[in-house]
Amino acid sequence: MKHWLTLIRPGDWLLMLVAAAAVGVSFPMLWQGGLGERAIIRLDGQVFAEHDLQTRRTVTVPGPLGKTVIAIEPGRARVVSDPGIRQYCVRQGWLSHPGEIAICAPNHVSLAISGRHRAYDSLTY
Amino acid sequence: MTPSRIELRITEEDRRIARLAAAAVGLSLLDAAIPSPLPGVKPGLANIVTLFVLARHGWNTAAWVTGLRVVVGSLLLGQFLAPGFFLALTGALLSLATLALAQHLPRRWFGPVSWSILAALAHIGGQLLLARLWLIPHDGVFLLTPIFAATAVFFGTINGLIVARLLHETQSA
Repeated sequence: MKHWLTLIRPGDWLLMLVAAAAVGVSFPMLWQGGLGERAIIRLDGQVFAEHDLQTRRTVTVPGPLGKTVIAIEPGRARVVSDPGIRQYCVRQGWLSHPGEIAICAPNHVSLAISGRHRAYDSLTY
Repeated sequence: MTPSRIELRITEEDRRIARLAAAAVGLSLLDAAIPSPLPGVKPGLANIVTLFVLARHGWNTAAWVTGLRVVVGSLLLGQFLAPGFFLALTGALLSLATLALAQHLPRRWFGPVSWSILAALAHIGGQLLLARLWLIPHDGVFLLTPIFAATAVFFGTINGLIVARLLHETQSA
C-alpha cells in the first residue's frame, strides 16, 4: 500500500481533493434544483413581496384573519407565526430549496422559494 | 503497361504504435465485456495505454494509439459509425486535447494520476455534450453529470495509479 502512495505527487492529491469536492457539490446542485435564491410571498394570489435570500429580515403580511409573520435568512425562509387554526405553514419550518412552498390557506398567504431557473411542477415522459 | 509497385516503409515508430494500439484495443474489449449499471460508467482501461504512451513517447504517438484504438475497437465490437462510436470518438478527442495541455503541468507536482483524472473528466464531458446536442436533446441528460463525474474521478485515480506504477517499474527494470 505504501508503495502505491509514493506514486501520487502533491499536485495529484490537490487535484483529487478538488475533483472529489466538486463531485460532492454537484450532487445537491443538480439533483435538488440548485439552491434557493428568492422568497416570493403572495397574498390572495398576488405577489406581496419578493426578497433575495441574502439578508436577514422579517416581513409581516396583513391577511383577512390577521398578521402572518415571515422570517428570511441567508439561504432560507419560514413562516414564524400565522393566525390560522392548524398552523400547517408554521410547522413546515425552514424552506431552502427551489419549489418549496408553505401555504397559510386560512389567511390567504403563501411563501415560495425560487431558484435561478424556474423549476417544473411536474415532468411527464 | 508497367506494373506499378507501391512500397510502404514501415518505421520502428509504426511498429511501436501498432503494438501499443493492439494492447489498447485488447483493453477496450475487456472494458466492453465488464457489465455496467449505466452506459458510460466504465473503467476505461484502454486509457492506461494512452497515458503510458504519452509519458514515454509523447503526445503524437498517444494520439495515434488512441485513434486506432477507437476505430479498431469499434470495428471489433460492431459499433463502427454507430452512436457509441461517435461518443467514444468525441470523448477520446477531448481527452487528447486536455492531455495536450496537461502534459505541460510541472512534472514535479503533477503526475499520471492528475493526467488520468483530467482526461477522464474531459472524456465524460465531451460525451455528455455530444449526447445533449445529438442523441438526447434535453437538459435532463446533465442530471447524470454527478454520477459520471464521480465515476471519472474514481476510475481516473485508479488508472492513473496503474500508469504511474507501470512507468516506475519499467524505468527501474
